[in-house]
Amino acid sequence: MADPHVSPGTAGMTITRQERSPAHEGELLTVNFGPQHPSTHGVLRLVVDLDGEVIRGLRPVIGYLHTGIEKQMEALRWQQGVVVTDRHDYLSPPINNLAYALAVEKLMGIEAPPRAQALRVIMSELTRIASHLVWLGTSSLELGAMGVYMYAFRDREKVLDMNEEISGYRMHTSYIRPGGVMADITPRFANMLETFLKEMPSNIDEYERLLSKNPIWVARTKNIGYLSGQDAIRLGATGPMLRGSGVDWDLRRDRPYCGYDRYSWEVQVRTGCDCYDRYLVRIGEMREALKIIRQALDGLPSGPINVDDRKLLPPPREELETSMEAVIHHFKLFTEGYAPPVGAAYVAVESGRGENGCFVVSDGTHKPRRVKFRSASFVNLQALEQMAIGSMVADLIAIIGTADTVLGDVDR
Amino acid sequence: MNHLYLSYPNPGGIFSNPVGYWVIVALAIVFTLFVLLTATAYTVWYERVLLGRFQRRPGPNRVGPLGLLQLAADGIKLATKESFAPAGVDPILYLVGPAVMVAAAFLAWAVIPVGIWWGFSYWISNINVGILFVFAVSSMNAYAILLGGWSSNNKYSLLGGMRAAAQLISYEVALGLSLVPIFIITGSLRLQDIANFSVHWGPYHGPIPLVIVAPLSFVIYMVAATAETNRTPFDLPEAEQELIGGYHTEYSGLKFTLYYLGEYLNMVTVSTLATLIFFAGWHPNAPWFPAFIPFVAKIVGFLFLYIWLRNTLPRLRYDMLMRLGWKVLLPLGMANVVVTAAVVVALTG
Repeated sequence: MADPHVSPGTAGMTITRQERSPAHEGELLTVNFGPQHPSTHGVLRLVVDLDGEVIRGLRPVIGYLHTGIEKQMEALRWQQGVVVTDRHDYLSPPINNLAYALAVEKLMGIEAPPRAQALRVIMSELTRIASHLVWLGTSSLELGAMGVYMYAFRDREKVLDMNEEISGYRMHTSYIRPGGVMADITPRFANMLETFLKEMPSNIDEYERLLSKNPIWVARTKNIGYLSGQDAIRLGATGPMLRGSGVDWDLRRDRPYCGYDRYSWEVQVRTGCDCYDRYLVRIGEMREALKIIRQALDGLPSGPINVDDRKLLPPPREELETSMEAVIHHFKLFTEGYAPPVGAAYVAVESGRGENGCFVVSDGTHKPRRVKFRSASFVNLQALEQMAIGSMVADLIAIIGTADTVLGDVDR
Repeated sequence: MNHLYLSYPNPGGIFSNPVGYWVIVALAIVFTLFVLLTATAYTVWYERVLLGRFQRRPGPNRVGPLGLLQLAADGIKLATKESFAPAGVDPILYLVGPAVMVAAAFLAWAVIPVGIWWGFSYWISNINVGILFVFAVSSMNAYAILLGGWSSNNKYSLLGGMRAAAQLISYEVALGLSLVPIFIITGSLRLQDIANFSVHWGPYHGPIPLVIVAPLSFVIYMVAATAETNRTPFDLPEAEQELIGGYHTEYSGLKFTLYYLGEYLNMVTVSTLATLIFFAGWHPNAPWFPAFIPFVAKIVGFLFLYIWLRNTLPRLRYDMLMRLGWKVLLPLGMANVVVTAAVVVALTG
């Protein structure tokens, strides 16, 4: 939230929300949507002014899931912060890990080895699929289609199983860490991934058969939640919200990281600016993610999965028994941690929801001075009012769904 | 003997005695209520099992064999819940709502005949405007929803109630019109006559499912009947994901149970009507093939269809339902009536 006392800077722009007259002066019905409402994806609260069922005013109220994650990270050592990043956007932990890890690495001027980068890509894309599946399931359930929900969760379950296999944890993986990744892939993981890659395309076809040409689904999403490309840019929307409005922008291609430029895939762009095209963008992204995983898995480079730096990562277990130096490193790392040089770094990665940026400030100590997440959910939420004014209550549900916000990510 | 009808052997004796007559009627009512309550409960079980199967889960399987006692557990749970009413409700209408719902749903069964055995069917009252009576009482459920929504002192409930009113006027006309061709063809409004409607087509003598001669009526009836029962894709007054619970947001305990019961009973009612009107009710049957087998099988088939729809289809917006009702179903129904009338006149002279 912008501080009203700070004069607007030279960069950026200020968007002021117009104050409306209170509802009771007119013939409007003010309804509280949330924080306890089945379709607000957690604890989003919307104060909605209704004229019949037509929405005349909408004010999002956030803060019900504030967990102080950013502040918490200031009290944790650099390598401990990874664990907390899992938890703000709880539908895409590896991508949050990645943003943080890349920011810390940028600060320290190191780069993860090629094998780690490929593993990071695989996990990020798996996460993107899982996150889109949750989106698909919940937003179709919100529009009344119960079956798709369970089918989408069937496939997400496979991703969670793979998370467990590779990191030991189903949701909060903490798999991607500054300097590399936590563990190498196991043969079982490779098998699971192969099966997943084989089954998934036909499963996505199944979702499309159920929804893409379903007249009711099309009627409920087409021309609903209109957000022009210009407005999307003005409001800072990113991810499928931006690409569904015809703006061709994907950080993976335009600001490549982790070697995304080495894979051949297509950025999904649709020009419909409505819920239906955002749905198609997300379906397309799942297919593209499968392509990327296929290429990353086939061309998985051999070599270490972590930087070879004893100041940053603990020595292997067997070295502790033979090397005094290793013991010292181990002790220092787990009592004090490491300290990046004084400075600040910002790295943004493309999560399922959009630009997930991480800004870290180091004052040269072993704990960050400040960590700030530029979360896609929070910024995309700003477009809600623009999309919803003038539509009906039933459409509001589709519009909340299409914004695909994770409330933990909004409040942090 | 138009009230309690047992087709064979010709009853006399106890029926000619006024006291005995009313005893029989009362017993018949109690028996019908019992059967309907059981049928409704098992419809809920059937829906949960089917939804489970559709969605790759087992469904209820813990209480009793195949989860068959799940509904008893649910019933006890609902009955023993605290009956909670929020502040500011209209005390009388808040109670009248669920009562009207369940009363209207049961009342329709006063005229619905049930096939039991060869040449033997069962009903409480055999009035000559049976279908009109069914429609008259079953459209009362919109009032129940409207009253419940309005009296709950909740904005979501109010929106749900308003939607119910909007929904009523959009499907009701089409629903009535869809059956006019049936009346033209069979020449009767009595459900028994419609179910027994027979033809002499060449070598074939006997009852036929009317869906063959009036398929468009069947389609319109199915769409409008789904709207009448507030089932997906027309479950707008309820719309859990939009209006939380719609009209029954503020209902709990037994009052909620009554709404729930009414909804499922309506589903059974429209399935039975579809069976009687379009699928020849208890035909075919024979001395060795009891009438209740085809009768119940057809009803279960329609219930399956409703549950399948619920699993698969998204929900319409209520202005879309109004558009569907007024701009699609109504003209289609009109055309259907005119064409059927013309054909019937041309054929019979």
